[in-house]
Amino acid sequence: MERPLTKNIIANQEPYDLAAYQAVGGYQAVLQTIGRIDPTKVLEIVVDSGLGGCGGGGFPTGRKWQAMPSREERPGTHYFIVNADEMEPGTFKDRLLLEGDPHQLIEGIILSAYAVQADHSYIFIRGEYHRAITLIEHAVSEAEAAGLLGLNILGSGYNLVIHVHGGAGRYICGEETALLNSLEGRRAVPRSKPPLPMTSGLFGAPTVVNNVETVCNIPHIIANGADWYRNLGQNGAVGTKIFGVSGRVKKPGAYELPMGTPMQDMIENYAGGMQHGYKLRAVLPGGASTGFMLAEDLDIPMSFAAFAAKGNRLGTGTAIILDDQTCPIGLIANLQHFFAQESCGWCAPCRDGLPWVERTLKAIEIGEGKMDDLDLLTDISDTMAPGRTFCALAPGAMASLMTGLSYFRDEFERHIRDGKCPWT
Amino acid sequence: MLIAKDMMTTTELYEIAKLVAHYPVARAACIDVLKLVQKNRRYISDDILAEVARILGMSISELDEVATFYNLIYRQPVGETVILLCDSVTCWMMGRNKIAKSIMDNLTIKDGETTADGKYTLLPIVCLGHCDHAPAMLMGQTLVGDLDSTKINKLLPKA
Repeated sequence: MERPLTKNIIANQEPYDLAAYQAVGGYQAVLQTIGRIDPTKVLEIVVDSGLGGCGGGGFPTGRKWQAMPSREERPGTHYFIVNADEMEPGTFKDRLLLEGDPHQLIEGIILSAYAVQADHSYIFIRGEYHRAITLIEHAVSEAEAAGLLGLNILGSGYNLVIHVHGGAGRYICGEETALLNSLEGRRAVPRSKPPLPMTSGLFGAPTVVNNVETVCNIPHIIANGADWYRNLGQNGAVGTKIFGVSGRVKKPGAYELPMGTPMQDMIENYAGGMQHGYKLRAVLPGGASTGFMLAEDLDIPMSFAAFAAKGNRLGTGTAIILDDQTCPIGLIANLQHFFAQESCGWCAPCRDGLPWVERTLKAIEIGEGKMDDLDLLTDISDTMAPGRTFCALAPGAMASLMTGLSYFRDEFERHIRDGKCPWT
Repeated sequence: MLIAKDMMTTTELYEIAKLVAHYPVARAACIDVLKLVQKNRRYISDDILAEVARILGMSISELDEVATFYNLIYRQPVGETVILLCDSVTCWMMGRNKIAKSIMDNLTIKDGETTADGKYTLLPIVCLGHCDHAPAMLMGQTLVGDLDSTKINKLLPKA
């Protein structure tokens, strides 16, 4: 099985430096592309590859790039931004790529920025990722010294500078327009869309924002072609993806697998199944903003389309396992605490609704809830449905609550009836 | 009133100029600059905030609304080492509350407090991306996973 994204990553070892990365074929795609292949051709390959955004949305990367105006249409600076603000609870895939193979990301940025004709790039890395920031900054300076970045790259006339921006911590910075506000030195409040960033992004200039994992796929797609990439997937999906499992499994970790691998396969065969004495109760398939799935539904192939067809989201693809000895109400209350705290406070349903949900859940958890609270929670969820808030934070928060209310109804009622948590 | 040269070192002023150069407008660098000056002082006092605002051509309230928005900009004094213990879902499930109790017992502080000797501050933090080694924390800049009470007693022994 091919694992293009993680082939250079060796556990508990320092990542490849520039020379080591080049020795295994690194930057070959850059050498063969920049100034030699027309940017529109590069863009076409990415469109044909079917690559979808790996930050959780799955939106086709090529189509996002096609929305960028040409330099003739819009003179001046164009930006290519890497979203490395990984903060979705339960997600640890981008840190692996940032720390494990920094030059893969830099090579991906050069090719991506060239394709959309951006001349300036920022890598927005969350401030808590100290090691990633140090390693990526080092890789950028190595690439600069080798003439792979800067003015007139490889004599092609193409210019690209990269600045690494270490964030100061807020989940909402992962929302692409909030990220742009943060890069402009403002509170990370999402912007109204349209206009999309491709039309008016950072400092009003044409801007593409892509997730780390998305960008890391680009060198492999350019080097091996769209057909090769499409054939990596299974069950109708394309490419590989870094999936992961955390919770009470035998081997929690991140695994690069074909897109479309059944979730059951990952949990049983890669994560080693459940630890002795624990049963799998339910799964949050891709971070805190995805809905619960029950054990009987785990034969689903892990792809954006298959999950959308089930009314759920693949999200970041890093699964959180709820076992039979953890209180589901406590777990949902923990998730809602996160969202209430990380709401940027801009729009009322989210700012006021999420703390209300959190307080109600915490009361139920300790046995102080009322049966009416369950209707109340459903009502508040409706006010935070997609389209009723400024961004996707609150609707994402409601995914686990809505599915939880339906799957764990008995447990909710038992807490209220007995006046205590059966798990404590 | 204090002036810039008393409040910031020449090196800091040079570093600030370098950061500002990465952006088309000076204010865009304000988060990078706050982090830079915080590194040497542990937190952003009102005086330093005012000085940074002056350098970047911002009003004090404009800069303070940014400073108070972000989790890693401290507007109150913190200890030499800030302990950020993850309180998100996987760490919670894997026993972070017990770990928090061990730390609080050993350091005789509550969540959010600083030890009397000024060495440590304990704060909760959102998911640190170390979920396969939950529970996890950052001690200063060092990520530590697979926490249990033995590890806590070794890293943060009772005074």
